[in-house]
Amino acid sequence: MAADGTLAAGAPRTAGHGRATTLERFARRRSTIAFMMTLPLILVVAGLVAYPAGYGMYLSTLNRRMTENIGFGNFEILFDSDTFWNVAWQSCIFAITAVVLKALIGFWLAHMLHDIPAKGQRKWRGMLLIPWVIPPALSTLGWWWMFDPSYGSINWLFSVVGGPQIPWLGEPWWARASIIIVNVWYGAPFFMIMYLAALKSVPDQLYEAAAIDGATGLQRLRYVTLPMMANIISITVLFSLIVTFANYDIVRVLTNGGPRDLTHVFASYAFQVGILSGNIPRGAAVSLFMFPILAICAFFVLRGVTRRNKEQM
Amino acid sequence: MAQVTLRKIVKEYEGGVQAVKGIDLDIADHEFVVLVGPSGCGKSTTLRMIAGLEEITSGDIAIGGALVNDIPPRDRDIAMVFQNYALYPHMTVYDNMAFGLMLRKFDKGEIRRRVENAARILDIGMLLDRKPKALSGGQRQRVAMGRAIVRDPKVFLFDEPLSNLDAKLRVQMRTEIKKVHQTVKTTTVYVTHDQIEAMTLADRVVVMNHGVIEQVGPPQELYHHPATKFVAGFIGSPAMNFIPVRLEQGGAALNLELPGGIVLPVPADRTRRYTPHIGRELLFGLRPEHLTEVRPNDHRENMAVFEAVPEVVEPMGMETLLHFWMEGAEICARIDPATPAEPGRGLPLAADMNQMHLIDPKTDRVL
Repeated sequence: MAADGTLAAGAPRTAGHGRATTLERFARRRSTIAFMMTLPLILVVAGLVAYPAGYGMYLSTLNRRMTENIGFGNFEILFDSDTFWNVAWQSCIFAITAVVLKALIGFWLAHMLHDIPAKGQRKWRGMLLIPWVIPPALSTLGWWWMFDPSYGSINWLFSVVGGPQIPWLGEPWWARASIIIVNVWYGAPFFMIMYLAALKSVPDQLYEAAAIDGATGLQRLRYVTLPMMANIISITVLFSLIVTFANYDIVRVLTNGGPRDLTHVFASYAFQVGILSGNIPRGAAVSLFMFPILAICAFFVLRGVTRRNKEQM
Repeated sequence: MAQVTLRKIVKEYEGGVQAVKGIDLDIADHEFVVLVGPSGCGKSTTLRMIAGLEEITSGDIAIGGALVNDIPPRDRDIAMVFQNYALYPHMTVYDNMAFGLMLRKFDKGEIRRRVENAARILDIGMLLDRKPKALSGGQRQRVAMGRAIVRDPKVFLFDEPLSNLDAKLRVQMRTEIKKVHQTVKTTTVYVTHDQIEAMTLADRVVVMNHGVIEQVGPPQELYHHPATKFVAGFIGSPAMNFIPVRLEQGGAALNLELPGGIVLPVPADRTRRYTPHIGRELLFGLRPEHLTEVRPNDHRENMAVFEAVPEVVEPMGMETLLHFWMEGAEICARIDPATPAEPGRGLPLAADMNQMHLIDPKTDRVL
């Protein structure tokens, strides 16, 4: 009956208004419907990502007073600055070390959880996810107290067991290590949950086939688990690399870039230069520097994912 | 030397559920044994215990005379073909087949020789560079078999390998498996729920039900001399007809009396066997192929003729199946397609009493 009704209503219009039908047909096209349904997201991305990015690029070409376009002047000044190269170096060390450690610890945790019987697994999974769900600014504040050289619990524990007293946030290398520790503590549960999902999707029969083929536990990991998880590992690492590279809150709360600006990463340095020192165009130039590095990483990782997808799926 | 011996094998899961209840089985060298039974009968569990993928709760398993209870799967010298093939999706067909040999540190020349030999046997030489994704179901099945063959193991284990294939391919692959076994002659344990697969492939069939072995024997023996009601009903398609009867003395001979008044004479050569059961309520079993149309000039002895009114007539081409009700039991007969039959119109049928079975309903044993 519904079909009859549609026909009856549609027929006279087709005869009478040719243009309206074309418009109607356009509106009914799957691609049009798809576009209309994704439009809210496109608007959000355009408003909160594309516009600020474009505006940032524009800002980076202005002089300090933002009255004159100086082209690549801000970038030239940054390239001549030792502090900037130090920040670039520190950002790379921080992001790569933290992501590698998060990936390794997350992988290990995921394996441990995967081996726990389903009944107890949920409890452990919930507990291990806690660092990831606490707002990082708050948890970093907690770590900042723990790292306090005189009153912090870590040095107190060291003193109990007769260990050395460490100037966690006062000495550059310890400060860098502290930032990495907090970032790993915060981010490893994300890797764990992603890897756990990936582990669960590997069919048990592949492990059984490998066991019969003669593979030891390590060989099963190398020849079955890792290749089967390669895509999830790549995507998780890429995602984490982007987020870690752009990390701001941990550095800001824990060291504020100190001592002697040696623990700044791009985001915290951009904030310092742009907001605290009032040079918004140069701050914008600092933050834009992350873009080409991440774009290159994303290109290679996503190319690998596409290739593996084509081969396996 | 690759006989497989199972002694009092028990598999009990958490919560006390027994999947396998103390089975004994001896599989000879080069033999092709098929474990068959309905879902949940313990056949796959038994196979997985032989493979070492499931721990045994109690009992002993020996392969080639050596006890393997505590030996991990990789050291049992077995190869297994899984229901969903379990091919490594990131490896080529060649690498899939070579993987087991590579782990066992065979030299590359020997690996190549074995893989190419297996590929020739299975006719998959042109697929060696492809990934499993690019293969059809039948080709994947061949690769899974190739992976087993290259290892030249003591025992092949097949876990419902044809279940994922369509009907036509299943028949084709069944023949392939039989051919491969005739070529390599490796001791084979094969699990299936399909009794036709079991009958066509096996040297001996092991019928399992509720975790116990109902009967072990060559296919023809199981078909003609089932030991229990379960085996009688499970082996053969369409399944055997069962009708409640009373065994009575009728002069020198014995008769089966159906509640509706039909009397079927028991062949004289069965009199001695059945005499102790005179007067008892029993189950009369007869396969559909032994319930046929009345043929002119049929001089076979012990044919009992009665009239039946078919409810459903199923022409199959080479035969016609008739379904009718008799004493509360649905009965199937297999008649010549040339015989005119239509629903609701009675026709005489002949029961070949030489092929009859009598079952004790208390023990479910065939008498």
